[in-house]
Amino acid sequence: MFRTALRNVLAHKARLLMTVLAVMLGVAFVSGTLVFTNTLSDALQNSSAKGFDHVDVAVTAESREDSGDTVGKTPELTQALLEKSGEVPGAASAVGVVNGFTAIAGKDGKLIGDGFQSQGGNYWGTDDPRYPLTAGHAPKGRDEILIDSRTAERTGYKVGDTVRLSVDGPVLTPTVAGVFTTDDGNVAAGGSLALFDTATAQQLFGKAGTYDEIDVTAKAGVTQAALKAELDRALPGDVVETTTGEQLADDQAEMIASSMSGMKQGLLVFAGIALFVGTFIIANTFTMLVAQRTKELALLRAVGASRRQVTRSVLIEAFVVGAVAAVTGLVAGIGIGAGLRALVGSLGATVPDGPLVVTPGTVAAALAVGILVTMLAAWLPGRRAARIPPVAAMNSLHAKATTRSLVLRNTLGALFTAAGVAVILAATTMDGSDGQAPMGLGAVLLIIGVFVLTPLLSRPLIAAAAPVLRAFGVAGRLARQNSVRNPRRTAATASALMIGLTLITGMTVMAGSLQKSIDKMASSALSADYVVSMANGNSLSTDVEKKLRHTEGVTAVSPLRNAPSRIDGDTEYLTGVDGAAIGELTHLTVDDGSFRVGGTRVVVDDDTANSHGWRAGSAFTVHYEDGTAQRLTVAGVYQGNELIRGIMLDTATLTPHQPDPADMQVMVKTSGGASGAAKDRLEKALGSNPGIKVQDKQDISNGIAQMFTLMLNMLYGLLAMAVVVAVLGVINTLAMSVFERSQEIGMLRAIGLDRRGIKRMVRLESLVISLFGGVLGIGLGVFFGWAAGQLLGTRMATYELVLPWGRMAVFLLLAAAVGVLAALWPARRAARLNMLQAIKAE
Amino acid sequence: MTTAHLADRSTAVAARATELSKIYGQGETQVVALDRVSVEFRQAEFTAIMGPSGSGKSTLMHCVAGLDTFSSGSVRIGDTELGSLKDKQLTRLRRDKIGFIFQAFNLLPTLNALENITLPMDIAGRRPDKEWLDRVIGMVGLSGRLSHRPSQLSGGQQQRVAVARALASRPEIVFGDEPTGNLDSRSGAEVLGFLRNSVRELGQTVVMVTHDPVAAAYADRVVFLADGRIVDEVHGPTADKVLDRMRSLPGGNPRTPESDAKGRTS
Repeated sequence: MFRTALRNVLAHKARLLMTVLAVMLGVAFVSGTLVFTNTLSDALQNSSAKGFDHVDVAVTAESREDSGDTVGKTPELTQALLEKSGEVPGAASAVGVVNGFTAIAGKDGKLIGDGFQSQGGNYWGTDDPRYPLTAGHAPKGRDEILIDSRTAERTGYKVGDTVRLSVDGPVLTPTVAGVFTTDDGNVAAGGSLALFDTATAQQLFGKAGTYDEIDVTAKAGVTQAALKAELDRALPGDVVETTTGEQLADDQAEMIASSMSGMKQGLLVFAGIALFVGTFIIANTFTMLVAQRTKELALLRAVGASRRQVTRSVLIEAFVVGAVAAVTGLVAGIGIGAGLRALVGSLGATVPDGPLVVTPGTVAAALAVGILVTMLAAWLPGRRAARIPPVAAMNSLHAKATTRSLVLRNTLGALFTAAGVAVILAATTMDGSDGQAPMGLGAVLLIIGVFVLTPLLSRPLIAAAAPVLRAFGVAGRLARQNSVRNPRRTAATASALMIGLTLITGMTVMAGSLQKSIDKMASSALSADYVVSMANGNSLSTDVEKKLRHTEGVTAVSPLRNAPSRIDGDTEYLTGVDGAAIGELTHLTVDDGSFRVGGTRVVVDDDTANSHGWRAGSAFTVHYEDGTAQRLTVAGVYQGNELIRGIMLDTATLTPHQPDPADMQVMVKTSGGASGAAKDRLEKALGSNPGIKVQDKQDISNGIAQMFTLMLNMLYGLLAMAVVVAVLGVINTLAMSVFERSQEIGMLRAIGLDRRGIKRMVRLESLVISLFGGVLGIGLGVFFGWAAGQLLGTRMATYELVLPWGRMAVFLLLAAAVGVLAALWPARRAARLNMLQAIKAE
Repeated sequence: MTTAHLADRSTAVAARATELSKIYGQGETQVVALDRVSVEFRQAEFTAIMGPSGSGKSTLMHCVAGLDTFSSGSVRIGDTELGSLKDKQLTRLRRDKIGFIFQAFNLLPTLNALENITLPMDIAGRRPDKEWLDRVIGMVGLSGRLSHRPSQLSGGQQQRVAVARALASRPEIVFGDEPTGNLDSRSGAEVLGFLRNSVRELGQTVVMVTHDPVAAAYADRVVFLADGRIVDEVHGPTADKVLDRMRSLPGGNPRTPESDAKGRTS
């Protein structure tokens, strides 16, 4: 049987090509993902492990997140603790580490890289082992810094150049004293690192006299564990924690692995979608191969092969096809993995170097996935093959197309579809997170239902296209009739395309609606002209607010100053605002009381008010960071949103209790409204600081739009694979149809349809099938987008459904393009068919 | 060589092959399918082409009908010389001037009987001549089954649809390739009767390839081919007469060895 199966594979090479390609693409996606993530994670782990070479034991301040009822007040790592650490018998050296956000401007005055990757630190003494210098000397005082060699290379800064940088407000213009190399993970991943001398760093990062971490190295012969024990004994346990360098490296590795696994899973989901789409093609191919070979298979049965042997022969064929596809897919996947790394590198993110990692697990997964998916998809056709009666071998007629009734199928499909729609509709009436699970279930039911129903849907939907097709004369009419001739096959082909388009459309609808609503939220709640914030989302020095307040043309300024507190035993974040100005800068709907902030009067958003049972006039006690308590009165309850929420009180009330006040944002209103000149004035007032963003409403919505565009483009890229596989499916189906109908095509040629007419007929059939899949996909996608939006809408007051008509038209055109493209080769084949042979062929 | 060189008749010639040759392959493997065949098919005449398997009878028909290319010589349909035509022009010629009936029924399963009948005119974008169409349909007796799909018709009925399709566009000449080969004898007789009627009553020209002497007997004239040449011709044939001639043909008698057949040609 094995030999027969093998011969069949070889005999149908061309016919199986599309199947192999489809499986191959899916497997390549899977193995490419695994190779890429393994390679990246190995490289990152290596580089981060190197980062801990100079740490045998790290001493950090005891974290007090969950201790006692006083807020904040974390213990500090003082100079005394540092000295004590260095004096334990096993210690060779103790280095104090200080770090924080440091934005460096490139030569063009713009921030280098992403805000959150801009780091600063301290250079220990005159010869810090962590940062070997490649040029220059150790920095001294406020006017000298060191920069990492990658940043130096990227910006072109050399020793002696003046650099603009900012830590939390004021701009500094030190000179580059030196350049160093580092294995720091952040730098390896494309960030920048600037180093100051220790005292300057402590001062700049607001940590005068203290350290973030003390790195202790052991004397020769002292183990990390022994050193840790000594330090634990010598240092006060309620103030510090000690961790060995090995432990740190392990923790880091684990963190990298877990963040990688998230990415890996995300990519694998899309690979799974591509493979799923591929199963339709496989099933289609094997169904047709079995139908074409009815006589052969019947002969096998007639000469004594059992049913099981027939099924097995089909499955062996699938195994061979799957194995070939899996191996080629694995090879392609390794290429994709290497290519992805290069691509990510070229996009600006610096990827640490390292060998391409192909684990045995990757190989096994690729082979298993390719072979199993193929065999699974071929299983049903294999069973059908076994049911061919031996007498079919004697029958001279072509095997009739299965005219099994679709009644059962349609009933099942209708049930699934109805259940799916009902569950989704029910879910949309539920509240936010409660509705998620039923929504997912409903989506699955509905998709299955529509799959099962596609053969039924194909007739009316394709009939609707008849008036258009009529314009193409007889070729159009024949194309329409051919496309509904084998509803199951048409359905399977169109479904493959449908899946991709459903996801693409659904995502687009959701993203568009979300973007609009977040945008609306930002602009409707905000009446400030500008929002000033730190590029990395960190807090701003309070100097910024003061400077803005005294800038020409500024009429109102308020910070959003965050401070933790305890209310009724829970941690609540307070937002300090300028009580006099906040009313002018925001536009919030007040449900209860009045929007008055000042003294002990505060305003509270509706969610917080509800959770505490407050109304206008309620009073509560707050415990500030410094441990003091105060009674505050709720003056009003406003409708909070994603941007502005929480308890707002006057900075005059809050700031005295803050050891270290800092602002999340500063809102500014100018006399002439937002204008280029006003923005320039504000930026200049802040010393053209590279670390600070001054954004008007338009900038904010652009930022939001950019974020969504980026996300959508990534999704489109990932889903493109599913569409490519679907194209293969359409090609496959058409090629088979042309093959099956060669006699008809020959007759049509004989009675006078020219080659162009034949080509047109095949192309139109392809177009009809593709558009059918496209319309179904877009329709389902819009429905899912709407339903998911209903859920979101319960949590976002400004949510509104945005139907991206332009995009939808593009998707439909895409489906049409798929149809035209897929028909190129089959149409050519049909037109070139040898007429006489085709007519004679029985 | 015996050619179909017959006494002049007043009727015009619908199709004519002159010195027509068709050669497959080259050198050692060269096969001569048609060897300088000259033949005329006159208007309103029913001609049968006969000959043993491999005699070139189908090839002759395919070449004259513009379905196949030929190596040398000339073929004319009406006034049109086929040899100089490109595929596109040939297609148009077949569409407008020629009707076809094949052995396998060759109907489109997705179209009903009427749609199949008018298909060539649909392809051409012409409206069918209503009166003529009714006459053809009436003649083949399909009036009650026009909306049936091929799968709902018997083999004989399907072939009647094919006959109607071939006649419906009022072509200059109709070619049939074993039109009764797949039919039982009664249905076959019906179809042959329609073909003869179309010649007698509608003035059509019909050329049919067959290996069945009974079918050939419906024709006005039978042309015999052997080894790519025309070897004989019978006017007003009967089945017996045809059978008789067949026996005397090279390769016509199954008991005659092939080598012997070659020697007896001419």
